[in-house]
Amino acid sequence: MRRDKQEAQAQFNRRTFMVGAGGVGAFAGIGAQLYTLQILQEDEYRVLSDNNQFSFRIQLPTRGRILDRFGETIAENRDSYRIYLIREQAGDPALALDRLSRFMPMSEARRERVLRDLARTPRFQPVTIAEGVDWETFSRVNLHLPELPGVMPDVGEVRTYPMPAAFAHVAGYVQSAPPEIAGDDPLLRHPAFRVGRTGVEIARDVELRGAAGSLKVEVNAFGRVIRELPDQSRPAEPGRDIALTIDSEVQRFATERLGTQSASAVGLDVQTGEIVVMASTPSFDPNLFVLGIPSREFSDLNENPLRPLFNKATNGLYAPASTIKGVISLAALRHGVMRPGERVTCRGSVQLGNRRFHCWRREGHGPVNMHDAIKVSCDTYFYEVAARLGIERIREAALELGFGQLFEVGIPMLSQAGGLFPSPQWKRARTGQGWSMGDTYNVGIGQGAVLASPLQLAVMTARMATGHAVEPTLYPRGGPVHFPRLDFDDAHIQAVHNAHVGVVHEPGGTSYWSLGGLGVEGIRMAGKTGTSQVYSITAEERARGVRDQDDLPWRLRNHGLFICYAPAEAPRYAVAVVVEHGGGGARSAAQPGRDILRELILRDPAGHSGVVAARHEPINLAQGG
Amino acid sequence: MPVFTQPVPRDLRAKLFELNWAFVLLIVLTGCIGILMLYSVAGGAWDPWAIRHATRFGAGFLVMLVVAMVPPRMWMSLAYPAYLGALFLLIMVELFGATAMGAQRWIDIGPLRMQPSELMKIALVLALARYYHDLPPEKVSTPGGMIVPVLAIALPFGLIAKQPDLGTAVLTGATGAVMVFLAGLSWKIIVPGMVAGVVGGVAFLRYGLEEYQRARVLTFLNPENDPLGAGYHIMQSKIALGSGGLTGKGYMQGTQSHLNFLPEKQTDFIFTMLGEEFGFVGGIAVLVLYALILGHCLMTAMACRSVFLRLVTMGVTTTFALYVFINAAMVMGLVPVVGVPLPMISYGGSVMFTVLIGLGLILGAHIHRAAEPPKGAGLFG
Repeated sequence: MRRDKQEAQAQFNRRTFMVGAGGVGAFAGIGAQLYTLQILQEDEYRVLSDNNQFSFRIQLPTRGRILDRFGETIAENRDSYRIYLIREQAGDPALALDRLSRFMPMSEARRERVLRDLARTPRFQPVTIAEGVDWETFSRVNLHLPELPGVMPDVGEVRTYPMPAAFAHVAGYVQSAPPEIAGDDPLLRHPAFRVGRTGVEIARDVELRGAAGSLKVEVNAFGRVIRELPDQSRPAEPGRDIALTIDSEVQRFATERLGTQSASAVGLDVQTGEIVVMASTPSFDPNLFVLGIPSREFSDLNENPLRPLFNKATNGLYAPASTIKGVISLAALRHGVMRPGERVTCRGSVQLGNRRFHCWRREGHGPVNMHDAIKVSCDTYFYEVAARLGIERIREAALELGFGQLFEVGIPMLSQAGGLFPSPQWKRARTGQGWSMGDTYNVGIGQGAVLASPLQLAVMTARMATGHAVEPTLYPRGGPVHFPRLDFDDAHIQAVHNAHVGVVHEPGGTSYWSLGGLGVEGIRMAGKTGTSQVYSITAEERARGVRDQDDLPWRLRNHGLFICYAPAEAPRYAVAVVVEHGGGGARSAAQPGRDILRELILRDPAGHSGVVAARHEPINLAQGG
Repeated sequence: MPVFTQPVPRDLRAKLFELNWAFVLLIVLTGCIGILMLYSVAGGAWDPWAIRHATRFGAGFLVMLVVAMVPPRMWMSLAYPAYLGALFLLIMVELFGATAMGAQRWIDIGPLRMQPSELMKIALVLALARYYHDLPPEKVSTPGGMIVPVLAIALPFGLIAKQPDLGTAVLTGATGAVMVFLAGLSWKIIVPGMVAGVVGGVAFLRYGLEEYQRARVLTFLNPENDPLGAGYHIMQSKIALGSGGLTGKGYMQGTQSHLNFLPEKQTDFIFTMLGEEFGFVGGIAVLVLYALILGHCLMTAMACRSVFLRLVTMGVTTTFALYVFINAAMVMGLVPVVGVPLPMISYGGSVMFTVLIGLGLILGAHIHRAAEPPKGAGLFG
């Protein structure tokens, strides 16, 4: 019995020892695994832990401003008031919206959109209820915040254009990046981020954008931000300010002066090529686009026959009409086909084969020399000159003066904004027919297939005025510019110049009566009118009583053109104006053109060095010359 | 053997003198670590876990001491009724139990909410110990001597597994098996039995598991396959432990636990949090603490004269060791997540009392190690 008992005890102790050994083995296994995890694999798990703990929130950069030549703001950023709702704190979302709607009216559609957004967003993440809230509503909501659990007011930045109409086309506007542009870029995909879509905003987008910063934040398992770690964050780098050469006051003046007409104007500093004015009317409000334009308002703009969304100053193409006569004259003088004093007798029309080519003045101008021909805009004289020159020599001079040349001034332009100067090859390729003398006649008075943008007309004017190959720009060149001389004699330039002065200042000049000069004491101007034919009245219509342009519907009326520059003694500013369907250039375009030029002379934007304080100093025209 | 010559202490003073104070100290230390960790879980607040844990530990500690003073004879007489009562309650849970998180585990008795499976852990140990105490050693391996223990283990195992609480079921079953082994079951039965157990176990894993349990097991085998689903807990636990490194992120500085990446950190995953905040050093220290407790248990078992006390001690020790092992192995990704707490450190009332009562029995066994209660008259004597 006792032996059995001792044997049992010994067996028990053996087996206990075995169990204990098993336990030691199990604990050793645990210890080994702990060692593996915490010592051998510490580094990789630390990375995983950091990935859990920290994440980076994007910091939006402040978009650079767009400024005029004096530092006046064209595009800036203002605080945008937003209202968010956080479901976690709000309780029942429908009730929360009911409470909020007492202080902030809310449409049924918005309410539904918010409820939908709330349903698919984590409880603690804010959902946008409204963006761009007005100050009054925003402050009312803020005041009642204690009664509005879960409502979170926030201030962000939004692009704003203080001179909307004047700069809609030049500055352009920004919008949320469309998916095909945004791609996977977290900055571009950020709902509050905007990218340039037109104008300077898109042309200089990268510089204006700046660089996104990152805010290191600690997040919990649900993605809620627990705290921010500014020390380990990279601040956003604000975008660069972009200065333009435009004088915003003249720009505003020009926009208002052209008013509701479908028109455009470009003004250049002829010595630097800087574009001081570039207006296209009617305009639109780019601010509407920033927060998302309602589709009805957009289609109103898009379908408006006056094409407010279209930048006519750079992309509008028109036959230059009589404004080309200076170019033809320079070509004639260069090639000696016409001496300045040589006269051509105008009888109102010339016969070429079985076609009759009219002068705008039915009764004719009588014998005219070059000076008179430009001054009175005699077509007959230029038929003769064109015939003597031939299309190739005309084309050569025209291209030198800027026709057919696409000027990349620093905003996106349509590819056809280079216009067109026809050649026999072009005509054959286009129509399969050979070039005719009639075509040369037409080119000689700027009609037919010749097409130029207002910007090109302004450049042409600047080149005629200076004899230099002026290149336009929208951005300050930051120093004196030496454009190469064009291959014309000074004397020839001077002769053509004198004739252009005559247009305005000599009796008989096409703008003598309508303008009577620049309107600034002691300063004379040069100019040239043009009437670009849109539709030619048929004999049948004439029989029905359609006598002139005023009897035609608006869209068939002629375009009015005017080019001008001043001071006549030492040209500084050149302006080109086109009024679509405005009728004759003398009637519709000359006065706005002169007024814009006078504004430039009076303000003399080139005369002061871009310092705001200098703006109120008396105008120093000697400096301008 | 001097231990057997020593008299059995009868009065309270003698018993307190015989109390294994080193063992008590280790227990108190462990409970304090629990309070420390639960204070950290709440982000440095007594409420809601640390204070209740401390209260329960204090109460349980007193119960433990009382249990230790009770003469073993009394436990013997309570063994069968306690087992039958626990079995009855398990059946009641099966029939009427409250459902929490998809599992029926609790039964409400008036204001009390109790988990009969916890009671069963103690009751089974007592019942098996009593049974083998009464059974002549030569009958242990006979069919007649085996039928009762097999049933006594299988019934609660089945009921608890059905709740479903796989962790507790495995714990209960394994404890019973170890006791049968220690009672002297012949190797001739053990070896074929183990083979059958492995085959049965595989079959059970295949066909006997709830869908979520199978998912847990499969996920355990390959946690990275399902990082956001069932494997999430294991991955996050390993990240927490691994990122703790040698010395940890510092007390209350555990990012994984405090940022809620770690689930159920006040209960099943408290060891993970400890490992994250105190590192390998802290984790090993706690494992050593448990090993010291278990070592004391083993020594107590071998010092006991009676079969009853030896088996009670080893039964409780096995349960305790399995708690620690399964919990630690689980949070390290060595075994599937089955929901087993870390004794005296995890938050939870029922387990705390089970463990402390069990430790009370071991302390009592140490005090009464020289006692040799008479053999009873079998099952119903």
